[in-house]
Amino acid sequence: MADITTTPSRRRSLFSVVEDFESSKPTADIPSDDSNLSWYERISPAWWVLAVVLLVMPSIASGFVLNQIFGWAFILGMIALSLMFLAGYGGMVSLIQMTVAASAGYMMAIFGESAITAISLGWPWWATIPISLIIAVLFGTITGALAVRTDGIYTIMITLAIASAFFYFTRQNYVLFNGFSGFNGVLPPMLFGVDWRDPTAFYYLTLFWATLAYLAVRYVSRAPFGLALQGVRDNPRRMAALGFNVNAHRIAAYAFAALIAGIGGILLTWQSAQISPGTAGIGPVIDILVIAVIGGLGRPIGPFIGAIIYVVLKIFAIDILNSLGMAGDRFQLLVGISFLLIVFFSPDGILGLWDRWRESRGRDRLTGEIQRDGDG
Amino acid sequence: MADLATRNIAERLTATGTGNALELRGVSKYFGALAAMEDITISVRPGERRAVLGSNGAGKTTLFNCITGDFLPTRGTVRFFGEDITEFAAHERIRRGLRRTYQISLLFTGLTVLDNIYLACCGVSRNRFSFVRPRTDDALVSSAEDLVKVVHLEDVKDVPVSNLSYGQQRQLEIAMALSGAPRFILFDEPAAGLSPTERSELIEILTGLPSHMGYIIIEHDMDVALRVSQSVSMMHNGRIFKEGKPAEIEEDPEVQALYLGGGHD
Repeated sequence: MADITTTPSRRRSLFSVVEDFESSKPTADIPSDDSNLSWYERISPAWWVLAVVLLVMPSIASGFVLNQIFGWAFILGMIALSLMFLAGYGGMVSLIQMTVAASAGYMMAIFGESAITAISLGWPWWATIPISLIIAVLFGTITGALAVRTDGIYTIMITLAIASAFFYFTRQNYVLFNGFSGFNGVLPPMLFGVDWRDPTAFYYLTLFWATLAYLAVRYVSRAPFGLALQGVRDNPRRMAALGFNVNAHRIAAYAFAALIAGIGGILLTWQSAQISPGTAGIGPVIDILVIAVIGGLGRPIGPFIGAIIYVVLKIFAIDILNSLGMAGDRFQLLVGISFLLIVFFSPDGILGLWDRWRESRGRDRLTGEIQRDGDG
Repeated sequence: MADLATRNIAERLTATGTGNALELRGVSKYFGALAAMEDITISVRPGERRAVLGSNGAGKTTLFNCITGDFLPTRGTVRFFGEDITEFAAHERIRRGLRRTYQISLLFTGLTVLDNIYLACCGVSRNRFSFVRPRTDDALVSSAEDLVKVVHLEDVKDVPVSNLSYGQQRQLEIAMALSGAPRFILFDEPAAGLSPTERSELIEILTGLPSHMGYIIIEHDMDVALRVSQSVSMMHNGRIFKEGKPAEIEEDPEVQALYLGGGHD
């Protein structure tokens, strides 16, 4: 009896799979197949246009735009990218990423040079940068080790608790963290004869590291570690039954994310030349989540889209609000409203809106079928 | 230190059940006051093929979960090739050569067939934490390709699992259980929902496994269960009440009354 009912459905689905397979064959035989192309031919033209625009930006944009908009957006995008890696691929929403970034920035100030000479040790850059990153990765990993024992809302709570603890600790500790005022005068080193404080140089520096972080996340997402992380996200029980140590994998993901956040933190400290408790206050900690969600957690480009929107809103909100006759310091209102609108209309962020728009454009108006030709 | 090591070895050698692939002694599992499994004692030799039969709620899947470490038994010990694995985490048991399939397919539906099997191969290799993408001539990729052929899924190896038919998903489950170097496999109702053709394919795969690879199979379909097994354990209300050869079990009047509803055709 059961066999009779299951057979037709099996036939149909088997048939449809074969059909899919057949229909995908012609494209596989023509020379434009992905696997036959060299690596640079496989990249869509849109990416090349974006790369050229970003590379020539310094010749058209002012120093303010380069440093305060793009530089800042690349840095925030990197820190949000570390959250995207954990949340998107690992299913772990961590609010610790901004704090990890700030810890790297603090270590740069403490071990390296700053205006607070009573505390700063003044070590050279080749010692301070690795030490800062190692401490940031350790901090992120230990937090991860605590957080992976929990799930969902409890992961958020535990990471938020550690982030708050870090904020209050740095604000009250004057011996090491110089309390409320933190450190100023934390400057990038003069390297290769370039003044990295110069807006153009700093723009390329942040662009380089943001691109590297983006490519690294994309690469790792298809490497065994990234695949396994996505497996852990979808089905931890099954992953354990395949021989994976689920918690070890999650902790390693925290370590990888902490490395990206740590690099972002060092750049963030150089960008404003200072680090203080407010850098990783509760507001900025949550802003990273907002940035990642606005952009979309589905793909690594999402956090950068979110960061550009956030930075532009934050900088121009004052002008917009003033022109509407409102007080300029209510820019959070605009950020909040935008966040609400985006999440309301597209829970998967701008990326989700974009995907749906592309899908609707490719949809046949009569049959509703999605055509995948053209700009694939 | 050396003393302790020799004692451990001695203990292992003289332990009851050494020489058995799987040895359960007095294993019980309670969920609150409910006894899902009571005082189960089973020993399976290496290479032995055992069927576990029983009605719904007899405790068969609970038995599997206790063996693979999905949850710990309330009482009793589980030995795998002589080693006491009662307290081991699930992934530790898998790395020692134990495998299982699930009654309800637990697959990664967004990934392709090959990716699923590749993940299974990674889980039992040292490449688990590799940040480097595999090359096409990677040993794990080629062993995944081989497993695709074992379960006849070559035509759909690059298709996302969500597009597979139910029967193909069950075949994929089996391929994942065969990854690495399994020494003993637990099959949880592999034939459920399969068409007659797929059933005979399944029997072919199971009987074609290398002879050193023992397994326990939970199966409702007597035709499948009795054809692929050398011995049968009957479970009822969380206890084993009969063990024997397939032919004996089939003829046993008590079994027929309880399980087959007075005979089957």
